[in-house]
Amino acid sequence: MIDAKIPSGQLEDKWTEYKGHCKLVNPANKRKIEVIIVGTGLAGASAAASLGELGYKVKAFCFQDSPRRAHSIAAQGGINAAKNYQNDGDSVFRLFYDTIKGGDYRAREGNVHRLAEVSANIIDQCVAQGVPFAREYGGLLSNRSFGGTQVQRTFYAAGQTGQQLLIGAYQALERQIALGNVKMYSRHEMLDVVKIDGKARGIIARNLVNGELERHFGHAVLLCTGGYGNVFYLSTNAMGSNVTAAWKAHKAGAYFANPCYTQIHPTCIPVSGDHQSKLTLMSESLRNDGRIWVPKAKGDNRKASEIPEEERDYYLERRYPAFGNLVPRDVASRAAKERCDEGYGVGSSKQAVYLDFAAAIERYGKIEAGKHGADHASAEDIRKLGVDVVKEKYGNLFDMYEKITGENPYEVPMRIYPAVHYTMGGLWVDYELMTNVKGLYALGEANFSDHGANRLGASALMQGLADGYFVAPYTVGNYLADEISVKAIPTDHPAFIEAEKAVSDRINTLLSIQGKTTVETFHKRLGKIIWNKCGMARNAEGLREAIRDIQELKAAFWSDVRIPGGVNEFNPELDKAGRVADFIELGELMCIDALNRNESCGGHFREEYQTPDGEALRDDANYMYVAAWEFKQEHEWELHKEELVYDVIKPSQRNYK
Amino acid sequence: MEHYNMNLTLKVWRQKNKDSKGNFETYKVAGISSEMSFLEMFDVLNERLITEGQEPIAFDHDCREGICGMCSMYIDGKPHGPWQQNTTCQLHMRAFKDGDTITVEPWRATAFPVIKDLVTDRSAFDRIIQAGGFISVNTGNAVDANALPIEKRKADDAFAAAACIGCGACVAACKNSSALLFVGAKVSHLALLPQGGPERKTRVLDMITQMDKEGFGACTSTGACEATCPKGISITNIARLNQEYLVASLTASE
Ligand SMILES: Cc1cc2nc3c(=O)[nH]c(=O)nc-3n(C[C@H](O)[C@H](O)[C@H](O)COP(=O)(O)OP(=O)(O)OC[C@H]3O[C@@H](n4cnc5c(N)ncnc54)[C@H](O)[C@@H]3O)c2cc1C
Ligand code: SF4
Ligand code: FES
Repeated sequence: MIDAKIPSGQLEDKWTEYKGHCKLVNPANKRKIEVIIVGTGLAGASAAASLGELGYKVKAFCFQDSPRRAHSIAAQGGINAAKNYQNDGDSVFRLFYDTIKGGDYRAREGNVHRLAEVSANIIDQCVAQGVPFAREYGGLLSNRSFGGTQVQRTFYAAGQTGQQLLIGAYQALERQIALGNVKMYSRHEMLDVVKIDGKARGIIARNLVNGELERHFGHAVLLCTGGYGNVFYLSTNAMGSNVTAAWKAHKAGAYFANPCYTQIHPTCIPVSGDHQSKLTLMSESLRNDGRIWVPKAKGDNRKASEIPEEERDYYLERRYPAFGNLVPRDVASRAAKERCDEGYGVGSSKQAVYLDFAAAIERYGKIEAGKHGADHASAEDIRKLGVDVVKEKYGNLFDMYEKITGENPYEVPMRIYPAVHYTMGGLWVDYELMTNVKGLYALGEANFSDHGANRLGASALMQGLADGYFVAPYTVGNYLADEISVKAIPTDHPAFIEAEKAVSDRINTLLSIQGKTTVETFHKRLGKIIWNKCGMARNAEGLREAIRDIQELKAAFWSDVRIPGGVNEFNPELDKAGRVADFIELGELMCIDALNRNESCGGHFREEYQTPDGEALRDDANYMYVAAWEFKQEHEWELHKEELVYDVIKPSQRNYK
Repeated sequence: MEHYNMNLTLKVWRQKNKDSKGNFETYKVAGISSEMSFLEMFDVLNERLITEGQEPIAFDHDCREGICGMCSMYIDGKPHGPWQQNTTCQLHMRAFKDGDTITVEPWRATAFPVIKDLVTDRSAFDRIIQAGGFISVNTGNAVDANALPIEKRKADDAFAAAACIGCGACVAACKNSSALLFVGAKVSHLALLPQGGPERKTRVLDMITQMDKEGFGACTSTGACEATCPKGISITNIARLNQEYLVASLTASE
């Protein structure tokens, strides 16, 4: 069993106690201490700005051309916080409870309670920075409700919450850059962690413009490098999102926890052909008003409008009469897959289901007509009134849908399909967000800590900013307080030379293969294997096959990949090759982890472990632990377990019927 | 929506690095589906080039959903191509028809030097933000978020200005390569909010000074920036910027 170093004492006092007793670094010493932060999304930008403000010498890295473009920018819906501004009964405890339950009882109580405690400070901080959250006419902040909760605690900025939060953190970071407290390295990719005497002491980074390798020293290294959803090739993540930084840390000794916990979002715009490069999310809120259906007949090629009512199968309403279209994400996703696998899918690819607003338009139209006293309004007038209501609620999403598909969703039903969009697994960290490698931290989506087996909507933004603004400044300081006597280690130290040589050798090997198959082709193949066998539903046999397939794919990659161009130039194909090579290795571990976990929980659904009516069946007696994997050698990992102890909440089987 | 396939001729700017001269190369692409995005067409072409042993075309992109501001192609004489309020990544091939010839260039501006092919260096925008595009509040300094109500209209206007994605299309569209729409959007966003009040004057002066230093041109109010902006940033933000600048320079010299 591994120890997460959760402070003792009452749950609600742990963080306060910790803050009251953790070690501090005095200002004069901070100036001598260097911190490396890889990644400038919400987690990284907030950490870099905060540590810079405290007086540490910070170096921050990102692979985009500007820190403002990190994947966090794409988050749409909102950010949770236990402010209870709506007076609807919200509290720190309730946010804590919802998050633990939403995670299907596979997250740590201590971490999640801390997250709920600092959530309110995040909103204060962001507003002070000028983040333009939505407001009511009285000038106060507005809230909306989100999945998995009964209170309105989600703060938002139209459909661009991630963008506005990231711009806030980015501006705070740019201010520290101007003040000289942070040095920014854009278009740089971290390619290894440097360890000296068992402690993380720096990184090897590649300048993506000229291809040069650089050595950077740091007293501590913080990885804020996001999630690994792109292991599936198609996901809602940005094209560049990758696991490389976390994977290098893993190969250098850091445990990788719960890699099989991945979240698949039910409502995304479906794949339109082999050319598809990424998928676009359609907010979950649409399921409040849309009805999901497929034709009752297999392979029905008629247009939606030509299929009469009695020949439609509203399968969620049929299977889940109590929840209907509002079943949780994982259930909705699996049900759509089941229908398409059985041959009932729609659209040219047949990998889609309808999300239909006709009934909502009519319902709202009638209500509006009633309000206007027009009891005998024509069907056409009712429709018009109804369209206006739907436009007001979801206009921007409908526009986005039309841009991508060329279809008008007011006229024809949307076609949707589930897509990968978040990864709960990640680098194992303790309460202080430190990995098992001393001085190496993981923040934001890159760590595994707060969401258990399933993340609730609007909680990733909260966690990223909690980690960066309010947790790391204390916990990193607690470590650095013992490092003040360590002088900056010159980068001609053998550990740096060796690490750089290993990186350089690997790049040269990749380029020397000069095979026939492109990087993209390998990535697509990997994505297919993982999606089919370690996606929405998994079983032991499929996972064993997947492991074999991935091992074969790895061998093929390293003997047949074709990478154009050279080392010392701007070469995006080379960058991508390194990332795909790491995804392949991660894919194998994901399947091993999924095979090990003989239960279903949250986003991990093993077909062998379900209730008679197809619900996820947890096995708390045997699997109430975090699976933290240690890399041993190629194809070989050792499992370490961290027991999950529930002192306050009593785990129960989730039931949605 | 009926789908169709098309054959196209692409004239693409190729430039090895920032110091080389660069020229247009012509490529024929066949069987392009109207359902593809513009960048997916480039993916298809690049896959072919790699297989044929040629260098793929370098271009910037990341989110591919119109929000990160990374994509940046000058398509048939328009930044981000023919659609209104749209980014390159959200442009889809049904905007074109069989037999079309499409010309694709990088952003052109002294302040945005070409790195390779269609990729430019837009770090000048970051440096403009560094000059003052922020509110100086350290982590932990904040008061309760609802302590200071903000008039909804102002909050909405601030949000509309803050929607800028920093793509630089406004600069590429402008014959003078002016960055005033970008700077105006940031100055407006922060000036409209009470939190931005204390630094209002220094912010606008410092950002304009930095903008000039970076080599962006003067604004002659052609409106090309607003017409091309993928996020519909209004030119009224430039008017507000001018006003802020005027007030700040007058009172600064007092
Ligand atoms: C479409 C979509 C919508 C979402 N909507 C919501 C929502 O409404 N609410 C919510 O709470 N969550 C939402 N999420 C989830 C949330 O956006 C992410 O989990 C979160 O933003 C991740 O932030 P991060 O800081 O951990 O990582 P990221 O924002 O992914 O940042 C990663 C950073 O690491 C850098 N990086 C990575 N690898 C390297 C390397 N090797 N070297 C150098 N730099 C590197 C990148 O350049 C980048 O700066 C959504 C996700 C998606 C896909
Ligand atoms: S103002 Fe518009 S065109 Fe200019 S950078 Fe911002 S989003 Fe792009
Ligand atoms: S790739 Fe992000 S805006 Fe186009």
